[in-house]
Amino acid sequence: MVSDKSKLGFYLLLSPLFVWLMTLIILPHIGMFFVSISEKVGVRQYEYGLGNYAVFFNEPLYWNTFARTAYMSISATILTLFIGFPIAYYIAKLTRGRTKTTLFLMCLIPFWVSELVRTFGWMILLRETGVVSSFLQYIGVLNGPMEFLYNDGAIMVGLVYTSMLFMVVPLVSTLDSLDDSLIEAGYDLGGNGYTILREIIIPHAMPGIVSGCIVVFMLSLGNYLTPILLGGKDSLWFTDLIYSQFITRFNWELGSAFGFLLLGLSSLIVFVGLKLSRQSLSETMGR
Amino acid sequence: MSEIADLECQKISKSFDTFEAVKQVSFSVPKGTFFSILGPSGCGKTTLLRMIAGFQEPTSGDLLIKNKSVLNVPPNKRQVSMVFQHLALFPMMNIASNIGFGLRQRGVNRAEIKSRVETVLERVGLPGIGERSVHQLSGGQKQRVAIARCMVLEPDVLLLDEPLGALDLKLREHMKIELKKLQTEFNTTFVYITHDQSEALVMSDQIAVMNHGEFEQIGSARELYFEPKTSFVAGFVGETNKYVAVVSSKNGDVLKLTTSDGINLSGIDAGNCLNKGDAAQVFVRPEAVRLSRTKDDVSHMDNISFGTIENVLFNGANSQLLLKDNFSGAEINISMPQTGEFRDLGKGDVVHFGWEGQQTRCYMSNRVS
Repeated sequence: MVSDKSKLGFYLLLSPLFVWLMTLIILPHIGMFFVSISEKVGVRQYEYGLGNYAVFFNEPLYWNTFARTAYMSISATILTLFIGFPIAYYIAKLTRGRTKTTLFLMCLIPFWVSELVRTFGWMILLRETGVVSSFLQYIGVLNGPMEFLYNDGAIMVGLVYTSMLFMVVPLVSTLDSLDDSLIEAGYDLGGNGYTILREIIIPHAMPGIVSGCIVVFMLSLGNYLTPILLGGKDSLWFTDLIYSQFITRFNWELGSAFGFLLLGLSSLIVFVGLKLSRQSLSETMGR
Repeated sequence: MSEIADLECQKISKSFDTFEAVKQVSFSVPKGTFFSILGPSGCGKTTLLRMIAGFQEPTSGDLLIKNKSVLNVPPNKRQVSMVFQHLALFPMMNIASNIGFGLRQRGVNRAEIKSRVETVLERVGLPGIGERSVHQLSGGQKQRVAIARCMVLEPDVLLLDEPLGALDLKLREHMKIELKKLQTEFNTTFVYITHDQSEALVMSDQIAVMNHGEFEQIGSARELYFEPKTSFVAGFVGETNKYVAVVSSKNGDVLKLTTSDGINLSGIDAGNCLNKGDAAQVFVRPEAVRLSRTKDDVSHMDNISFGTIENVLFNGANSQLLLKDNFSGAEINISMPQTGEFRDLGKGDVVHFGWEGQQTRCYMSNRVS
């Protein structure tokens, strides 16, 4: 009786999660999948086939954008890691008590405003009549106004800025769990800063590095606002293509196919990343 | 000095802001010595050890290893290795890589690292475990791996920061002997810090007792136990009965004292600084007290009394009796003789006891309380 009751309780507790997964994730994806393999043969006439996917591979613009999105996202992830690691190390290992909390909060505070507002903030800084351009003219580096927006650099700045927190938080928590005496033991045994970083700190922080990278990569790959606003019309971001298929061209079939390709791409890259770093998904995300 | 000391500290001090953690400590450790620093927690022993290892810089004073000052040598260049309190084995590496870490830093070639790691594992009695990972080892094995990891570098001095603290009692007793054996085997100078006096007494050739950042006394275990120089050492090393009394007369080394309860005691002036009228702390070891059922047996002794047994603290060979002095009401701890004569003693029995003045050590009271 008791076990039956507890089982019932277990399923009741599980049901919201189940309903959420089913209705918001699994069902829409099944629907999208069927839409993506439907080809329009006449007015309101559809046949099943892989034509939508063929369109993607036959049109260089599409797969160029696809590859570019992947490579920009990977670059943004690596850049975020390189900037985030020293910050996380500083917060986790070199500060104590109040300073630590303050620094951590400073990473968090930008996320209290919406992504849109944050991105507009960058536009104010980087546009032709913006703060950076004016300042450079003022100190005499530039002769006339210069546009810093609408290029890959601006997109990269935006992506790194947007995802920094998601890199710093897992890194701080794994680095926090690294016993200081391990680092001291490394020095005591004759190691220098570089070998200790390579042999002790990075192997220990690997789960945090990988989980931070996965989150940042996913966020960058699926980001729409930042690349469009900071990169302008020429940003060539894959989410923009999906958006225009659905909204501008009412071509839901092709849009769905693009969506599935993006899902496949992100899964593939995460899989390769995990294999390369010899981590498992449960180990990195389960922390 | 005939031989160069492996480690020498000259008036070394360390202050944190206004707090002086280590005050003008000087000592030297000859080669091959097992040197212990014994003190209660917070006495500055860890700070001292970290200064020797190079993780903290002394505020003043000098530190010499093999007669060369190492003050400006960073920890990774000092010929000193440290076994950390929680051992700090690297969990991300297997045992062989752990032990080989230091050799890799020195650029020793692979084949030699492999053979040296195997040799040192054999010497600590754990041959062939190189491929295992750290969490597969038992507490005692980890201990030995931690020592092997340091010893493979052949340091001049091995520092040990209470490495037995995390082990359970049985293993700790075993590791004490093991550590001493390893030290003899490697013939390296060990500097061992601990708050556990039995660890220090069993293993050490020389012990320094530290309190409030200062060395109270340096000596062999025997000296510290039988001839403590200060009241702190007398109270900290070994078990003891303590009285607070006032000196009523002095004749050379021999003192007559009176406690506040009115007990008259006879003892020796161990600190050599007491005068008539001074407040003194008086220490008597539980095993120095002789127990008897009759008054005549102890009547020839300098200090005699009789009391009621309040408790029998049975602990095998270390059993003790807790007595209440019938005359003054003071409590006294007496070791139970192991001859069986007193096996039937129980709560409420009245016994006579006495001890010699020679074994009653008196010190100047730090504070009259």
